[in-house]
Amino acid sequence: MTDLNKSRAEQIQSSLAKRYRAEKRFQMYGYAAIAFGLLCVVILFTDIISKGYKAFGQTYIQLEVTYDASILGITDVNDSQQLALADFHGVVKKALKSRFADVSGRKAKRDLYGLISNGAGYTLRDRLIVNPELLNQTETLWLVADDDIDTYYKSIGSDAGAFTGRMSEQRQGWVDQLVESNDVEMRVNRNFFTQGDSREPELAGIRGAAMGSLFTLIITLGLSFPIGVAAAVYLEEFAPRNRWTDLIEVNINNLAAVPSIIFGLLGLAIFINFFHVPRSVPVVGGLVLTLMTLPTIIISSRAAIKAVPPSIRDAAIGVGASPMQVVLHHVLPLAMPGMLTGAIIGMAQALGETAPLLMIGMVAFIVDVPGGFTDPATVLPVQIFLWADSPERAFVEKTSAAIMVLLAFLILMNTLAVVLRKRLERRW
Amino acid sequence: MQTANLLIVLLILSAVAYYMARSRSVSQAQSLGGIRHLHSLPFFYGMRAAIWCALPSLLLLVAWLLFDEPIISSFLISGLPESLQPTSAAEHNLLLNSIENIASGALSAEASEPALVAAAESLRGLRSTGANLVTAAVLSLSVLGMGWGWVKVSPILCARQQVERVFRGILLSCACVAIFTTLGILLSILFESFRFFQAVPATEFLFGTEWSPQMAIRSDQVGSSGSFGAIPLFVGTLLISFIAMVVAVPVGLMSAIYLAEYASPRMRGFAKPTLEVLAGIPTVVYGFFAALTVAPFIRQTGEGFGLQVSSESALAAGLVMGVMIIPFISSLADDVINAVPQSLRDGSLGLGATRSETIKKVIFPAALPGIVGGVLLAVSRAIGETMIVVMAAGLAAKMTANPLDTVTTVTVQIVTLLVGDQEFDSPKTLAAFALGLMLFVVTLVLNFVALRVVKKYREQYD
Repeated sequence: MTDLNKSRAEQIQSSLAKRYRAEKRFQMYGYAAIAFGLLCVVILFTDIISKGYKAFGQTYIQLEVTYDASILGITDVNDSQQLALADFHGVVKKALKSRFADVSGRKAKRDLYGLISNGAGYTLRDRLIVNPELLNQTETLWLVADDDIDTYYKSIGSDAGAFTGRMSEQRQGWVDQLVESNDVEMRVNRNFFTQGDSREPELAGIRGAAMGSLFTLIITLGLSFPIGVAAAVYLEEFAPRNRWTDLIEVNINNLAAVPSIIFGLLGLAIFINFFHVPRSVPVVGGLVLTLMTLPTIIISSRAAIKAVPPSIRDAAIGVGASPMQVVLHHVLPLAMPGMLTGAIIGMAQALGETAPLLMIGMVAFIVDVPGGFTDPATVLPVQIFLWADSPERAFVEKTSAAIMVLLAFLILMNTLAVVLRKRLERRW
Repeated sequence: MQTANLLIVLLILSAVAYYMARSRSVSQAQSLGGIRHLHSLPFFYGMRAAIWCALPSLLLLVAWLLFDEPIISSFLISGLPESLQPTSAAEHNLLLNSIENIASGALSAEASEPALVAAAESLRGLRSTGANLVTAAVLSLSVLGMGWGWVKVSPILCARQQVERVFRGILLSCACVAIFTTLGILLSILFESFRFFQAVPATEFLFGTEWSPQMAIRSDQVGSSGSFGAIPLFVGTLLISFIAMVVAVPVGLMSAIYLAEYASPRMRGFAKPTLEVLAGIPTVVYGFFAALTVAPFIRQTGEGFGLQVSSESALAAGLVMGVMIIPFISSLADDVINAVPQSLRDGSLGLGATRSETIKKVIFPAALPGIVGGVLLAVSRAIGETMIVVMAAGLAAKMTANPLDTVTTVTVQIVTLLVGDQEFDSPKTLAAFALGLMLFVVTLVLNFVALRVVKKYREQYD
């Protein structure tokens, strides 16, 4: 045995190298863990952005359009009923036919007409309403291309080669012809920010969902902030130490950890089945999200109230304020920044929440942009969920773009919370 | 009058009540020689009148809004002739529906029973009279309250105490919303689950190994037996949660240790908030990422090794869920590691241990209860997580431990069963509530145990 011949010090000396290696290894594990986490953030964001940034552009095709009254089937431009029934798509078809005169055969023609989006008719109608003198005139217009064309045009020149999908070679040929004559252009996708949902990816926008989110959040904030602050004030300042108070506290802590989908079940069973609140409206969504965010707001408000030093309360009581005056005049104003921060974080949580809203019917396909609290609506995360399920490839980039918008809002809210905390929160 | 308009009128009335009572108290005080001769500040006299004006009438309004439909329908049914009286609850609803449809014009009046047409007429009449009556009652109540508040103003009235008592009551009722929410959750899922267990025995639900909730519409239909054995769902949920934990626990724990023990303040200031970004990303975004990026990647990689990988593999959902939970575990673990007293570290380092030995042999055991609590909380998070699995995991209820296969989870099934049309008398819809009950109970127990563990640990060093 060699060990017996060595002194204790030598033994320790000889094991040192091994121990230092273990130390290095352990530190490397920690470093790797951090790196993995950060890498995930980077991959997630680059993946979403690289998939979605193209959705902010939209392919337009330039065509010479004749507002032919006989094709449109109208006699009077100022008659709104005639305009509503007019065949604007026929005009677009005519324009395409004259651009590609050599196309024949039914299938080929149908392919050709599919170059331009169905929504182009509305563009023509709007132009004709504004400029009635255009009837029977010809003008050169940029019209929204179909989503297949859009996807194809955007992928020209990418590493993987152009994405053709279900496009026939003939169609590719037409698009290439148009590209060569400089009749195809990328423009800022205004539809995406001004329109509601649509089955046609090139016409689908997030305005409907964004407005739905706004209305839902207004309800949520309007209910959960006052109730949450009141509950926090009661628990921190007035509640006697008894079983009842303990019960309330246990309940709040538990609710904070209940899965969000359970709140959806609650909303479905109580609000919709029992109280017969209509489905899919921001009011129900707001109510469910209120119950869900309430624990968050109560807990952060309590922390803010706790942070107000007791000397403030003692001083107020000393000059003769009643307990209620102490709270309303002194504690609440001082705790307000912390409470607002908590409320913003709670709202950010509510803005990103999807699962409970699926339960209460906010997944309906809704084209119209909601105009109030009782109009059927959907919200941003649910819109993302719906688009992610759609088979059209063009919806992938729409979904990623919608995610970018949602994340932008969330980052904005969280930054606001951080700034608010830094600016207004006092250290005692 | 519409409810919104009524609320605005009430607001104006109580503002008037406030102003009138306040000025009355001030004028009374003037004859005595200043407001210091009043019991309370004029503000409280005003508030007292405003509360009397608004609160009783608001309560009345809320009560009416909650109970107007049952009251009106009971009037309607009792007004029907003997031959049309409903015998069961379903018939009762059917009758009400048809009356409703006739009243709104969806059902033509000529083709319907004359008694029902008459009932529809009276429904319209009852609704408008009801609304008018309530408006009148609410307004007169508030005017009465206003008058009462005004009359009672006197220098010896304890207005402040009364106002503060009401205020305190309001605060208390806000705090009780949490209790009512829990009660609401319990009642709703218990009630519907109870109805489910009447149709499907609880033992079959808990121990059955086949899940296919499609009910047969025709008796000879193929493959629609409708069996509700939830074991495959539990297995799927556990599999995905396990994968998530395999990712999240080591990474979360090691990054917490690194941040707490090794990282420089600058590194900590950068890495901690960046990791926390992961916690702030909505789950639907993770779901999209899992379904469109991670799942195809795993599939391709697997096929490169000649493995059969499902496109909705449990691995993809689990991995992404694990990434989502990393910041949750790391911030909880960070807290408990920082709570370990510095003296323990100094003692160990002073005896010649390296830092990693100190962490492994001293700090980790001391922080273990807190870490276990945090992991339990994370598990309950993973079990209740919905959007990632809805988007990235499959629908096929399979009993398998193969992470490359497709499995389904409790939350996925709840969403699938409840999105779209629902009929609240079929076990298919009610099964979602039974699953919800299981989910609620399991997460509740996990949270309870976790909080107990964390609490017990914290008391040791404080």
